[in-house]
Amino acid sequence: MARSEQEILEGLAEIVNEETGLEAEEVQMDKSFTEDLDIDSLSMMTIVVNAEDKFGVRIPDDEVKNLTHVKDAVSYIANNQG
Amino acid sequence: MLLEGKKLLITGVLMDTSIAFHVARLAQEQGAEVVLTSFGRTMRITQAIARRLPAPAPVIELDVQDDEHLDTLADRVGEHVDHLDGVLHSIGFAPQGAFDFLGASWEDVATAMQVSAYSLKSLAVAALPRMSAGGAVVGLTFDAQYAWPVYDWMGVSKAAFEATSRYLARDLGPKGIRSNLVSAGPISTTAAKSIPEFDQFARWSEHSPLGWDVKDPVPAAQACVALLSDWFPATTGEIVHVDGGFHATGF
Ligand SMILES: NC(=O)c1ccc[n+]([C@@H]2O[C@H](COP(=O)([O-])OP(=O)(O)OC[C@H]3O[C@@H](n4cnc5c(N)ncnc54)[C@H](O)[C@@H]3O)[C@@H](O)[C@H]2O)c1
Repeated sequence: MARSEQEILEGLAEIVNEETGLEAEEVQMDKSFTEDLDIDSLSMMTIVVNAEDKFGVRIPDDEVKNLTHVKDAVSYIANNQG
Repeated sequence: MLLEGKKLLITGVLMDTSIAFHVARLAQEQGAEVVLTSFGRTMRITQAIARRLPAPAPVIELDVQDDEHLDTLADRVGEHVDHLDGVLHSIGFAPQGAFDFLGASWEDVATAMQVSAYSLKSLAVAALPRMSAGGAVVGLTFDAQYAWPVYDWMGVSKAAFEATSRYLARDLGPKGIRSNLVSAGPISTTAAKSIPEFDQFARWSEHSPLGWDVKDPVPAAQACVALLSDWFPATTGEIVHVDGGFHATGF
């Protein structure tokens, strides 16, 4: 069953929390991964790989650079989830 | 199966694009038991990627710049397998400064050399207590006979790497252990994409008799599996080109 954007946001926030220790509430739609959440490229790779497993999506490397904000990642996952 | 019952130590699995990931996958499909290595913050990525292999594979820590990791490697491998039939070296790194040939500092060059060339010797020596006659060390190079665009001190490191494999072949031969390399054409992995202007290598296909797909790590991985098997028993110090035939032709 397809997850709602809210469910994806919550799942993503959990992954971000595991990787960075950031409180899940900090992970909001309008936040930028690098500027606001201070996530570096290695953490981003870890988050992407875990999100792929959790949501059953493939996020190609070339796509990752377009996912600058939390909302970009959430909508990519929403549109591509398996 | 080509690797029935073999126990392998496989370094270099980062993403599922990694050449080493496909070696691990094919090795398991061919009957091998596999132990992976990763290091530092990439451990968590490797652990997640390892779950995409056909069978579970433990991940132990190995930073080839860390003497303690190297000194304790054989013991830590021993927690998972009692001996090793083969070791895959699939490690390469150079700081960005090393991709500016005339401007590079010795510090950047030294790092590239240690991680990308000397590490073949370090890894082989660290694994040696678990290895015996019939064992194989296999590594991945990028043809070091030429001065490539942008490859710069990574290219010099690969020349040292290729020489290191020949000396390893000399010194491990009397123990019945082989050392061989696969010289792969360009493949768009994480390491490759960190090389500035890697796109320049897309032309490879035009000059290869068999053509070449930069998105396909499988042919290089298959050659690694073959060299890890018992089917190259009298081959050591060799470099097998898996490059679509690029090295063999001019324009
Ligand atoms: N991709 C290509 O075009 C190409 C072509 C020919 C040869 N190669 C070689 O293949 C090998 C594997 O690279 P890849 O292309 O699969 O990229 P990759 O990025 O998937 O793998 C490189 C690996 O090196 C590891 N590594 C880096 N520094 C390390 C250290 N200090 N200790 C331990 N491990 C370390 C990384 O964790 C990573 O797993 C490298 O030796 C590379 O030079 C690659």
